[in-house]
Amino acid sequence: MTVIIDYGVGNLFSLSSSLEYIGEAEKVSGDPEEIRRADRIILPGVGAFGDAAAKLKETGLDRVIVEEAKAGKPLLGICLGMQLLFLRSYEFGEHAGLGLIPGSVRPIKEVVGEELKVPQIGWNRLFFPEDKPKSRLYRYTREGEFVYFVHSYHGADCKEYISAYTEYGAPLTASVENAAGNVFGTQYHPEKSGRVGLGILRAFCEIGGRQ
Amino acid sequence: MITKRIIPCLDVRDGRVVKGKNFLGLRDVSSPVSLAEFYSDSGADELVFYDITASAEGRTIFTDILTECARKIFIPLTVGGGINSIADFDRVLKCGADKVSVNTGAIKNPSLVYEAAKRYGSQCVVLSVDIKRVDGAFRVFARGGRDDTGIEAIEWLRRGVDNGAGEIVVNSIDTDGVKGGFDLEMLAAVCDAVDLPVIASGGAGSIEDFVTLFRTLPGVDAGLAASVFHFGEIDIKTLKSELARENIPVRI
Repeated sequence: MTVIIDYGVGNLFSLSSSLEYIGEAEKVSGDPEEIRRADRIILPGVGAFGDAAAKLKETGLDRVIVEEAKAGKPLLGICLGMQLLFLRSYEFGEHAGLGLIPGSVRPIKEVVGEELKVPQIGWNRLFFPEDKPKSRLYRYTREGEFVYFVHSYHGADCKEYISAYTEYGAPLTASVENAAGNVFGTQYHPEKSGRVGLGILRAFCEIGGRQ
Repeated sequence: MITKRIIPCLDVRDGRVVKGKNFLGLRDVSSPVSLAEFYSDSGADELVFYDITASAEGRTIFTDILTECARKIFIPLTVGGGINSIADFDRVLKCGADKVSVNTGAIKNPSLVYEAAKRYGSQCVVLSVDIKRVDGAFRVFARGGRDDTGIEAIEWLRRGVDNGAGEIVVNSIDTDGVKGGFDLEMLAAVCDAVDLPVIASGGAGSIEDFVTLFRTLPGVDAGLAASVFHFGEIDIKTLKSELARENIPVRI
């Protein structure tokens, strides 16, 4: 059973439908006990980093997520959910994240040319770093396949944790993975990335055994 | 490199797609769900569902269909038509829409774009504008292109961007339905004025029209069309492989 964490941020309909579609038992929940009982957890999110981090803190879910991740439970952060895994973000001021991925979240504008539009909205390719084995998340994914992005900020200062990047005027972090190999984050939306995205979700749901 | 998007628009009335026909091997072309699945399998990058229903009963049928599509199709879904309030945003987002397109609703209620962007984020708010030339100026039209609002279009779009719109759909009334190509002059003026993704609509008649669009205007991010896809005049797979052959980046 995979629990999609509900902390009042964003629309969870597609994510929950996509897990159903691949045959994964799923539940949308903000209950700490259900999150603790889950085989794996997904942290979604859209909107501003500061608001989302505050909501996680208010509900006490920040502690639950960090404890479960540190105990080895598979965790997938999606979009803003990925950014929340980082140590800190510089979106409208400086905000602390969950600290599960060493690195910071910074504006795309700092690295891409003036001629490129921000946010990056649309389909872009995944590339895998050459100096690392392919992540388990990409078991069903070939290099160069397309996924759907919508973002104005990106994961920075996290080179050794990057499991895939994309090219948007400069290389941008597409996904990250912690050293223990149980915490994953995707900047793109796998639940909106067609067949490729469903393959990525399936690979995640196979980590830690299927219940 | 981000790819150029191809977006079919499905006009839905009372639960059926208006003007769908001529598909080989598709059992029910008027069913929004079958057609949406067909497009998604053909490589459409996104889908727009446009609700042209007038009755409250029709609205409920529409949201039921949207839910059914969102359970089966995992590419971005945009909903437009009859979006006049935050309650309308809420209604379609709950049923699986990812983005909501506002047009006349933004003209009637100038704070709608701002309120929606604040609540759901700019990535969710698409500002769609029907533009027509009047005495040499670009003017915003409301109610499906029936009413001249007197508003100057470029200024209107700039204001929409400032209010938090995340993407812009430019529908040229002058080229719509003519199938003589997109309105390059109008689109160039819009691309110069705004720094957001611009979706071109109105006028696509052939694959060549899409090639010309993306070649001439690198600032345009996507091409939207309805009838040329519905009538099978342009097959999305063929369109995308032709664009790739012309070195225009597309997802294949």
